[in-house]
Amino acid sequence: MNIKKHKSTVKRILNKIGKYKWSVMASLFCAFLTVVFTLYIPILIGRAIDCIVGAGKVDFKTMGVILTQMGIVILVTAAAQWVMSHINNQITYRVVKDIRTQAFNKLESLPLKYIDSHAHGDIISRIIADIDQFSDGLLMGFTQLFTGVLTILGTLAFMFYINPLIAALVVLVTPLSLFVASFIAKRTYSMFRMQSQTRGVMTSLVEELLGNQKVVKAFAYEDEAQKKFETINEELRVWGLKATFFSSITNPSTRFVNSLVYACVGIAGAIAAVNGLLTVGQLSSFLSYANQYTKPFNEISGVVTELQNALASAARVFELIDEESEIPDDSQAVVLKHARGEVVLEHVDFSYNQEVPLIEDMNLCAAQGKRIAIVGPTGCGKSTVINLLMRFYDVNAGAIKVDGNDIRHITRESLRSSYGMVLQETWLKTGTIRENIAYGKPDASEEQIVTAAKEAHAHSFISRMPQGYDTIISEDGGNLSQGQKQLLCIARVMLCLPPILILDEATSSIDTRTELKIQKAFAKMMEGRTSFIVAHRLSTIKEADVILVMRDGHIIEQGTHENLLSENGFYAQLYNSQFAI
Amino acid sequence: MKKLLKYLSNYKRESILGPLFKLLEASFELLVPLVMATVIDIGIKNHDVTYILSMGGLLVVLGIIGLTCSITAQYFAAKAAAGFGTSLRNDLFAHINTLSYQEIDTIGTATLITRMTSDVNQVQSGVNLFLRLFLRSPFVVLGAMIMAFTIDIKAALIFVVSIPVLSAVVFGIMLYSMPLYKKVQMQLDRVLLAARENLGGVRVIRAFNRQNDEVRRFDEENGMLVKFQVFVGKISALMNPLTYVIINLAIIVLINTGANRVQTGNITQGQVVALVNYMSQILVELVKLANLIITISKALACANRISFVFTMEPGIKDTNHNHVKGKTDSPKVEFNQVSLFYQGAKAESLRGIGFCARKGETIGIIGGTGSGKSTLVNVIPRFYDVSQGSVRVDGIDVREYPQGQLREMVGIVPQKAVLFKGSIRENMQWGKKDASDEEIYRALTIAQAKEFVDEKGEGLDFLIQAGGKNLSGGQRQRLTIARAIVKNPQILILDDSASALDFATDARLRKAIKEETRDMTVFLVSQRASTIKNADRIVVLEDGRMAGCGKHGELMESCEVYREICLSQLSEKEVQ
Repeated sequence: MNIKKHKSTVKRILNKIGKYKWSVMASLFCAFLTVVFTLYIPILIGRAIDCIVGAGKVDFKTMGVILTQMGIVILVTAAAQWVMSHINNQITYRVVKDIRTQAFNKLESLPLKYIDSHAHGDIISRIIADIDQFSDGLLMGFTQLFTGVLTILGTLAFMFYINPLIAALVVLVTPLSLFVASFIAKRTYSMFRMQSQTRGVMTSLVEELLGNQKVVKAFAYEDEAQKKFETINEELRVWGLKATFFSSITNPSTRFVNSLVYACVGIAGAIAAVNGLLTVGQLSSFLSYANQYTKPFNEISGVVTELQNALASAARVFELIDEESEIPDDSQAVVLKHARGEVVLEHVDFSYNQEVPLIEDMNLCAAQGKRIAIVGPTGCGKSTVINLLMRFYDVNAGAIKVDGNDIRHITRESLRSSYGMVLQETWLKTGTIRENIAYGKPDASEEQIVTAAKEAHAHSFISRMPQGYDTIISEDGGNLSQGQKQLLCIARVMLCLPPILILDEATSSIDTRTELKIQKAFAKMMEGRTSFIVAHRLSTIKEADVILVMRDGHIIEQGTHENLLSENGFYAQLYNSQFAI
Repeated sequence: MKKLLKYLSNYKRESILGPLFKLLEASFELLVPLVMATVIDIGIKNHDVTYILSMGGLLVVLGIIGLTCSITAQYFAAKAAAGFGTSLRNDLFAHINTLSYQEIDTIGTATLITRMTSDVNQVQSGVNLFLRLFLRSPFVVLGAMIMAFTIDIKAALIFVVSIPVLSAVVFGIMLYSMPLYKKVQMQLDRVLLAARENLGGVRVIRAFNRQNDEVRRFDEENGMLVKFQVFVGKISALMNPLTYVIINLAIIVLINTGANRVQTGNITQGQVVALVNYMSQILVELVKLANLIITISKALACANRISFVFTMEPGIKDTNHNHVKGKTDSPKVEFNQVSLFYQGAKAESLRGIGFCARKGETIGIIGGTGSGKSTLVNVIPRFYDVSQGSVRVDGIDVREYPQGQLREMVGIVPQKAVLFKGSIRENMQWGKKDASDEEIYRALTIAQAKEFVDEKGEGLDFLIQAGGKNLSGGQRQRLTIARAIVKNPQILILDDSASALDFATDARLRKAIKEETRDMTVFLVSQRASTIKNADRIVVLEDGRMAGCGKHGELMESCEVYREICLSQLSEKEVQ
């Protein structure tokens, strides 16, 4: 199965590279030139040396010709080498760019279901690290493999051309080098695995203890922590020493085998020279071949693992690219313009996971301009309703209609721009405060932005910031408090004012006094607009036209605040528990 | 870096012997071309097969000695580096443990973790490489030149010229491209950021229909990245062809000069071969050296980051290490005109706070976000030192207690509910090392956690995953509360630690704490008026100042801020 998967991955990669067919050909040609000419140099050097027989017996004329040849070959080789690496760079980075763009485009069209159910770190590592690994390993590996094999073949050919006997000797000794290298590599591998395993254990311990240093200190747990750490640290020392040592004897060992080959060639060559079968120059060419001959073997074994990693990474990237996108808007989809804001849920069934039913047969009619509040304990499906309204998820059965149109027959863009949404998780972009407020309306004027900020009670803290509206919000809004971030999210919606509003725990991080002030702005904003409000602070929803009390995916009670209290049901219980002691 | 060198001092022997053996190996390697030269000049010339064989034997012997030397060197280097890393880590960990909240806030835990893990690893492998290679490569380069001098001074001058030229090219390209690589890395980070933002903000982006803009932005960043990469690639691609040309041109010149010297009888053919060999050796070593310098400079940067942590002095130190006996007739906790400035802050976080809490009392602390509630309770166990005034526990300034004793008396439940990997029992025993199951169950019962722990089946043996991922937010909060209660502290601080609990559970929890732990002085920090409404005393904070202090009824009369908070949460009737 693995091989099959590899095969299809390789096919796709070749497909991607296919666009750059001619570049690849040129690169391969340059690689060929480089290898052949590089190998030709020792022969030329050998010939030149043969012209230098002894005092008074130097053949300057022939040598001059050879040296000139050498000069030309050197320049051509260097040029070919440069062109090759340049082309390879171009191909690599272009292919990476293509794939990365494709992956990112996929990200924008993936259904929320995928994004919610996969670790973000994993998706990101596919787009960043895996694609990098792929480019490094696969394309670099490919050229190295190609030149490596070519070098081995070329060396063999040149050696056999000079002297078959000694060449045969070199071929016989070669396996020794491979054997030593793989012998060590196998042993090293297990040590490295142990080392990285121990490192992993240690990192998670460090993350846990240092990441929560304040708790450690609060419980005066420092000594215990130190003890735990030192135990694992000692273990790491032992494995670290072994792994480092064993991996570092690879080089000396292969170097030793190399020097054995060198000695053999030296002796055999010298004896052959004594018998007139070889010139001194040819011996010197042989020696330099013997020196570089084993190098590509070691490289190739490294390249093979690189290639395997690269293939695995490529497979992971392709997996992401192959994920199904959101169902596209249907061709007859209506564009919702100036929605009135009447929202109807008819017999809606939905669950994230087929085995765990969540929302079942939910019905709701939100007339234009009404305020609908949704309350209930955690996990009852409040936020799910919002996912459905915004069509982040599609209903399993039943329908949701806006102004009488099933939302599956409305373009997503026009549907979503009819909604203004403030969520509990306050997401802001890296960029200036101004850009963030204008996120939904990039062409808003300065005046509109400031007005929106004022209405959201964000203007005063923004003006107190060092750069005012130009203050850059760092990643995740690290330089703002949770409450300030929420105010900016509110300002962002205040600027667009679409016909339907969704406020999901929109004021949960704002202290209640500020909230009270914002409520006024909210009230103004909600005038004439259909709004859905989710909150766990019951005080914020008393004014709603309808309160839906949800529990386990069902609406169990429905009515105004007063009605529900007098019914003395679940809502009344929730409400009263706020004040009990 | 100097500071870190002391961790090598335990491995002095290894740190000296390692490089020494490496030099030995290099010396033997330098002899090889000379041996070959004699093979050519004596063995082949005189048709002396015995000589050739004995010289071949010598080559093998040189190889064996080289192998032994270098394996010994590698062992010493590995041992010294591993030992260095280990003791550095132990000390660093211990040092971080002495830092107070103030320093942790300044530097941030994320970077402490990287410094503790990957930075130390980098330095460790830097030390290893340094011991192995840093002497060897320059030695081989210089050694090759010196060997050339022993053969022929005129020919050796070619070395004198080509080594600096080669070095200039190799190091020039490296130095030029290094900052460029940094730029590439930074751009890659931007691409990463774009991807991460689009995952985290997927709902907002789609709600505002900004997908196309995001794709455009990503294309821009990605395009920039490729542009940088291609540019750096172009520069780095120069390295191989350039050095190749230089080395081989040098060889041409060398052969030409050698030919003249042989013609005049100054040197032999075999010696020319040896000279050519030396020239080839230089390039390999120079490239190794350049790579080594990059690794070492990275390791040095890491070492500096680590050194910086060591230079951070703990802001809070014990001045007194002896057990202090409190006064029984004083209030349990007393704030005397306390003010506090955070380092680098523009305004003070607390100003002129004064109130006291008697044994067994419950103190409620309320105020808006950023009003200083957490800061106020954090000065009790002396996580931060006050800038002015004093905090007394049992009538004695907290700065006079040893930190251990003070923290023994105080149990704090932080806002962020943190649990550690391990069983529930192990987590509970953080508070009291030898707590019995009975004690733990009592605490769990008070914290309203017993029910769900029992439901887990494994009870106290239930394994909590790192970060408490396999528990809900409310469950985590209740366990952290239980952990503090296991300690049976004299002072219990709940820093907004029931925010994920529903109102009913929150109420039951407060009731249980009140009934079960009558002698405990409890500080309740909350944004919910209902949580602190029935406290013995309520401290109302606004912008770091005390806006009021008293019972609910009194504050409703006298404190405008408190009244506003209550009215924003409770109805007129409930407020009464």
